[in-house]
Amino acid sequence: MSGAALTAEPAGISALAGLPPLCRYALRLGDLSLILGQRLGEWVGHAPVLEEDLGLANIALDLIGQARLLLTYAGEVEGRGRSEDDLAFLREQGEYLNPTLVEQPNGDFGETIVRQVLIDAFQLALYERLASTADERIAAIAAKAVKETRYHLRYSSSWLVRLGDGTPESHARVQSSLNRLWRYTTELFEEDDLDRDMIARGIAPRPADVRSAWSICIDSILAEATLERPRDAPYSWFGKRGEHSEHLGYILTDMQYLQRAYPGARW
Amino acid sequence: MSAASPAAEREQAPGSLPRIGGEARVAAARRALAAVEDPEIPALSIVELGIVRFVQVRSDGVLGVGLSPTYTGCPATEHIESLVREALDAARVSPFALTRVLSPAWSSDWITADGRRKLADYGIVPPPATAAPDPRARPAPIACPRCGSIRTECTSQFGSTPCKALHRCRDCLEPFECFKCI
Repeated sequence: MSGAALTAEPAGISALAGLPPLCRYALRLGDLSLILGQRLGEWVGHAPVLEEDLGLANIALDLIGQARLLLTYAGEVEGRGRSEDDLAFLREQGEYLNPTLVEQPNGDFGETIVRQVLIDAFQLALYERLASTADERIAAIAAKAVKETRYHLRYSSSWLVRLGDGTPESHARVQSSLNRLWRYTTELFEEDDLDRDMIARGIAPRPADVRSAWSICIDSILAEATLERPRDAPYSWFGKRGEHSEHLGYILTDMQYLQRAYPGARW
Repeated sequence: MSAASPAAEREQAPGSLPRIGGEARVAAARRALAAVEDPEIPALSIVELGIVRFVQVRSDGVLGVGLSPTYTGCPATEHIESLVREALDAARVSPFALTRVLSPAWSSDWITADGRRKLADYGIVPPPATAAPDPRARPAPIACPRCGSIRTECTSQFGSTPCKALHRCRDCLEPFECFKCI
């Protein structure tokens, strides 16, 4: 076919280069919350019981609240007048900077809980450090979010303990989800040029420091849940640089449908 | 130190209504705010909820009002802001500007003593003292608001609004809500 050749580069990824580093960093933080919030929202009306439906929806709501603050800030730092909604609904796949873990499908309730524990513990370790960062705005957002994240982790970790230390069936299922999702945790702590720039400016903590706090937290939860920590595995997706798994595109078609079909639509 | 989001700040154009000034203006604004009910828990005013952070006349003559969201994703945040604008308009304290204050983050400890009493009267257990920094610590038992028994259990950490959790009394068997502690 002429004129419609596939390019090696995902749509939108070149647009990233033009963004100020602080804007990209705020997008990384905000997109994590946005995409995970969208994923958790898929459980609304489908969770095993009403209480967990409420629980997952409430966590999603907190995450989308964090995403709104962070995307608003990213838009201000960029300085081209893009609002939180422009950034949430009108970017291409390659412009999203969330880690690949949060776009993974919900699976069964146990798999959603495993993903949630891995991310809650990560956000807790990260936000605790960002709360005292040199960037006043990010520090304020992190200080607010850290309290909510503690609450999320209390929920997700208590469920993981219940399922891991539950029946042979529930134990086997969450262990297998853990084995499947573990490889995606590598990316959370990978330090790249943007991280190094942010560390040098006193804005971001060192991924290695975040990793040790995360690891201690995860090990204690896994021990109580009688689950085995998987070995670290090779990993080749880098959602935080815009290189996503196949799943993000499907999330975006769902999430962006209304704004694409009816540009400028408002509630 | 307050982190204001300029996007959340909205200036109110000076109206043609007669205005009141100085201390009386701040006092009138405070009275107006004390009458704004929380849309989700109408038993409580936003002042009792502890989300009004400051009321002060700025050097440019604009009345600055700082509000803190309880939860970042609380859908009531914007609704509360519009209720506040209506109340301040009605109190004739324009021009005013609302600022969303994120830092330090709102805590359930900021609910006033009156607010806690009204919550209890309304049937919602007020939040226990400050949240444990360890998310894995077991929370202290919560007494049933109806029979006082402490043989209660948490049936869901999340309730009908972002700020509440669901509990059940194992003696009188009644379900009840408890304000989340953050």
